[in-house]
Order: sequence, then C-alpha cells, then structure tokens
Amino acid sequence: MKILVIEDDPKATALVVKGLREHGHDADHVDDGAAGLKRAQSGQYDVLIVDRRLPSHDGMVIVRALRATGNDTPVLILSALGSLEDRLYGLRNGGDDYLTKPCSLGELIARVEILGRRRSPPAEETRLKVGDLEMDLLARKVRRAGRSIELHPREFKLLEYLARNAGNVVTRTMLLENVWEFHFDPQTNVIEVHIARLRQKIDKDFPAPLIHTVRGSGYCLRA
Amino acid sequence: MRTVAVRVALVCLGLFGLSALTVSAVIDRVTDSFLNRQAEETIGAELDGLLVHLRQGGMDKLVQVLRDRTRVPRSPDLFVLTNARGVPVAGNLPGLPEGVGADGWLAFRTAEGEAGGRAPAVGVVRTLADGHRLLVGTELGQWQGFRTQIVRALFWSFTVLLAISAFGGWLVSRHVTRRLEVINRITRTIIDGHLHARIPRSPNGDELDRLAANLNDMLEQIEGLMAGLRDLSEDIAHDLRTPLNRLRGQLELALSEAREEGPVRDLVQEAIVEADRLLEMFGALLSIAKAQAGYQQMPLSAVALPPVLRRVVELYEPVAEEKHITLTLRIAVSAVVRGHEQLLAQALANLVDNAVKYTPDGGRIDVVVASGQEPGSTDVTVADSGIGIPSQEHERVLGRFIRLDWSRSTPGNGLGLALVDAVVRLHGARLAMEDNQPGLRVRLSFPDAGSQGFEAAVERSAGG
Repeated sequence: MKILVIEDDPKATALVVKGLREHGHDADHVDDGAAGLKRAQSGQYDVLIVDRRLPSHDGMVIVRALRATGNDTPVLILSALGSLEDRLYGLRNGGDDYLTKPCSLGELIARVEILGRRRSPPAEETRLKVGDLEMDLLARKVRRAGRSIELHPREFKLLEYLARNAGNVVTRTMLLENVWEFHFDPQTNVIEVHIARLRQKIDKDFPAPLIHTVRGSGYCLRA
Repeated sequence: MRTVAVRVALVCLGLFGLSALTVSAVIDRVTDSFLNRQAEETIGAELDGLLVHLRQGGMDKLVQVLRDRTRVPRSPDLFVLTNARGVPVAGNLPGLPEGVGADGWLAFRTAEGEAGGRAPAVGVVRTLADGHRLLVGTELGQWQGFRTQIVRALFWSFTVLLAISAFGGWLVSRHVTRRLEVINRITRTIIDGHLHARIPRSPNGDELDRLAANLNDMLEQIEGLMAGLRDLSEDIAHDLRTPLNRLRGQLELALSEAREEGPVRDLVQEAIVEADRLLEMFGALLSIAKAQAGYQQMPLSAVALPPVLRRVVELYEPVAEEKHITLTLRIAVSAVVRGHEQLLAQALANLVDNAVKYTPDGGRIDVVVASGQEPGSTDVTVADSGIGIPSQEHERVLGRFIRLDWSRSTPGNGLGLALVDAVVRLHGARLAMEDNQPGLRVRLSFPDAGSQGFEAAVERSAGG
C-alpha cells in the first residue's frame, strides 16, 4: 500500500513512516500543506494521513480541496483536537477516519490498512463470507461449514464488523467505537472477554480458528 | 432569611416597648406628683384665703364664706368646719373624715351618698383658736381625669410608635437580608460550578458593597488559579502523553524486530502494557479535566439513559458472567437527560466496572433507572454486593488517585470515581453513596430534561 503522511512534527512522522514500512507499506511524507496537497492530487496514493495543525493550513483545507477536485483517496485525519465536535467536523468534511493524537502506532496502522482496502467496498453487501464462515446480514444468520450458529445481537454485530474487515487488524478501540459506539476505553479489558465468548461459538468446534489475536494491536478475522 | 427580618422586627418591638413603658412610668410619676403639688397648692391658697376671712371677720364671716362657697352643687372643692364638740357647722362634707388626728395633710375618701361618694380626695386640717376645726380639700377626680387623658395619649402614641418601629425594623433588615440573599444565591451558584458568576455591586459603597467587591476579587483570583491548575493538568496530561506515545511506538517497532519468542520479546511486551497503563491514566486525567472545564465547550443534547445503560451493561455482561456475578438492568422510567452521551456512558461504565471489580464471585450487581426521590428527577443506581466503602471514606474516594487499601491489589488507577464525579457535576446531577448491606450503592440523581430542576441545574453548570 502506498501511503502519504502530511505531518509537520518530524519525530512523530519518522515513527509513523518507520512503522508503516515495518508493516510492508510504501510511505512518503511531506511537512507542508501546499506540497502535501500537490502530492496527494497526483493520485498515486492508497491512503493519506493528514495532520490538522500544519504550518500553512488546517489539514481540513487539504481534504476539502482534494474532495472538490473529485479525488476520493481515503483520508485518515490525525489530530490533537479530539472532541466529539472536532471528530464530526473532520468526518463531515471529507475525512474517512479520525484518530486523536497521541495514539498507538498499532492503532494507526490498523486503521490505515482498513481504509486502504475499503477502496472497493462491499457496498450494501447482504452476505459476508470468510473461509467457511457465512453471514446473512438480512436474515441475521451465521453458518460455519454448513452448521448454523446462534449469536446474540451484539455478538452478531461484533462478528459482522470483524467480517467486514476480514484480513485486517481491528483494534479494541475500533471495536468499541463501531460495535458499542463508545469513544472511550473502559478500565477493564472487556473486549477480550467478548472475543473469547465469540471464539467459543465460532472457533471452538472447528479445526482451524478464524479469529486471531494480534499481540499489542487487536484482532483479525481471516481464514 | 425572612426570619432575620422578623427577628429584627421583634427585637425593635421589644426595645421600643420597653422604652415606651419606662417613659410612660416616668411621665405618670411626674404627672402624679405634679398634680398632687398643684392640688396641695390650690388647697393651701384656699386655706390661706379662708384664714384671712376668719381674721378679718371672725367665725361668723368664715361660716358665711363657707356657705357661699358650698352653694355650688357637686363642687370638687371640699370644706367642713366643726365646732369644739366635733359637730359640723358649715361645709359640704358631713363631717371630718374618720380617724382624723392632728393638723396636717391627709388623704381620704368622701362619704357615701355625696356626689357619687367615696371619691379619693386630699385635704388639710387646721384647728382654729376656739376648738373649731377646718378642713379644706379637693376631690382628686378632676386631677385624675387629666392624668387618665395623659396616659391614654401616651398609650396611643406609643402603640403607633411601636408599630412603626417594628415595621421599620422589618423593612430595614429585609433590605439588608435581601442583599445578603443575593450574595448567598450567587455563592451557591458558584459552589455549583458556575465560577464566572459575580455578585452585583450597589452604587452606595456601603459595607455590603465592600463585601461584594471583596468576594468578587476573591473569585477572580480563585478562577485564575483554577484555570491555571486546569491548564497545567491538561498540559501535563497532553505533553506527557506525546513522548510516552512515541516510546510506545518505538517499543512496538522493537517488538516487531525481535522476531523469535524469548525474554526480550516478553520484556518489551510488558513495557508496552505499562506504557498503555500510563497512557490510559493520562487519558483519564484529560477526560476529567475536560469534564471539569467543559462547561462552555460542549453543547448539550438530549440523551436517553436506558439505551446507554443497555449498551454499558451489555459490554460488562461477559466479564460479570466470568465471575458468576448476576448483573441485572431494570428500567422503570424512560429517562431523558440533557448532557453529553459519551461522558455519561463513560461515567456509567466506570461505575459498573468498579462494581464488577469489587464484587466477589457469585455476587450480584443491580443497575436501576427509576423516578428519583425528588420530583422531576431520575435516579440511576448501581448496587453491588461487594465489600462496599466505609461511609467516612465516601467523600475521599471521589478524589483523584485515591485507592483504598483493600483495592490496591485490583487493577485500576484511582481515577474512575473522580471522572464519575466530574461528569455528574457537569450534568447538574448529584452523586450519593449508600450502604447496600452488603456492598455499595451509588446513586446518581439527574434532573429530568424539561423539569424546572433541570433548567436550574443546567443553568448552574452550563452557564459558567
């Protein structure tokens, strides 16, 4: 994946770029808004990481300028401005995801990867399939290897989110945000227990597990 | 506050009443002795006149004069002249009063049947040359009437005076207490988190105005200090988070470099966990600072509590189940409060989190949404059957980084309840800890959106 980082803090940039490269991505960076916009408009990137507080512009200016020219490269906004209003502002003005600084590197990379693969989104998909696991989103039924599995509504939502992002790492924060709509981290690691329960139903009676733990980052559903 | 006005009015009434009584007594005494003196002088002058007649015209002349004098009926002037044997010779009295001794002044009562009779009188007795005795006196009635008039006048003027003084006292103290009441009300508002409020000044520069000015100056300073402290804790939390986050990132990179399993990997893994704990702590501090400072920044919206609680309880259900804890949610009312959904959810999650942590295996946790004890309010209670918190610690556990001795072995940073407290205050709600026998019951009382209490509470908390 080819990623452009538009961020003026050299230390943060170095770490992000290094992390992305470690995960096998091709990462470039610019520290100036105008140059960043020019590069981004070249259309060669899969994902843009844009800081909001840049020396010349608010990062949102770049995002809006890009969208105005019909460029729909996924943008992850990275900002120290973390209030709900800031997030909403970022997401309504062309951002695809919003991450508050400081954040964990694993979290950032997981989100970037999900954004990058969403380029060909399963628009209004009614069936999801991961290996021998099948989800019928309309009938709200789950089958694995032909066997029907009963899930509680919240477990279904959790599995659906994992399945929609199959092959990608989803972090605990992402699960909390998307499955429970909570924008905070609970003190106890409740997600771990939810995943353990889901494993009981999805993986226990089958030879190959589908839910994988990615240490230090989160979980990944893959065959 | 009314009581002060009433008390001052009563004190005024008492003091004025006492002085009115004193003044009345003095006036009465003075009038009395003045009237007696007047009577005595009149009688003395009369006696002298009669003696002149006696000297000039003898006893016959005196008798003549006395007859002339007593011709007027019902005269208050009393005369009697008796001969040596005590038989009255002239005058309008039947005789000398009983028990008259030597010459001199005496007080007596007129005989029955005479001009109404038995009226108090004073007089003087003089023994004349040939054994005749002459009494000249006067009924006190006329003088007493005058005295009664004075007493009556005094009574009415003092009554009016008392009424005026009580009313005046009430009026003056009400004026003062009203201004004190304003100061009180605004102080209350400030205590409730509306630190920008100031006490209005009056233009007259009196003591109360100076009190207001001093209080306002004090508030100005406190506000500055608070803002400084808040900025400081926010800065610390934020500025420490950034390098810590970089540290965590580098550890993550190190982890991916150390490919094979081994002690280095484990150590790095542990370091990441520690870094996460620190980051979490700073995050919690930031949330608290934001909730405390967030009065103006965050717009309020209507938040239905039941769905938020359902999600919170659902989130913790598996953890509770692992400890064989029965976790129930009972929604008796569909409460809507005005507030910040995420902060409310976080506060409620912290309460359930604590309950799960401190309830032993096989215990139970009941989350209830019900009408509050006060009308127009909704109570959310989280009751557990855990170890509880001794009542003397209830206040203290709301502070930051407070962990009771027995809780040190459980994971946590001592910020959970501090955040709950900050969020509760932000919503104009109240937090109470109760003994669940056994266990702890935390009660959050929210003013309902739309209720009067709500308007007042949010004005208090959101206005600042």
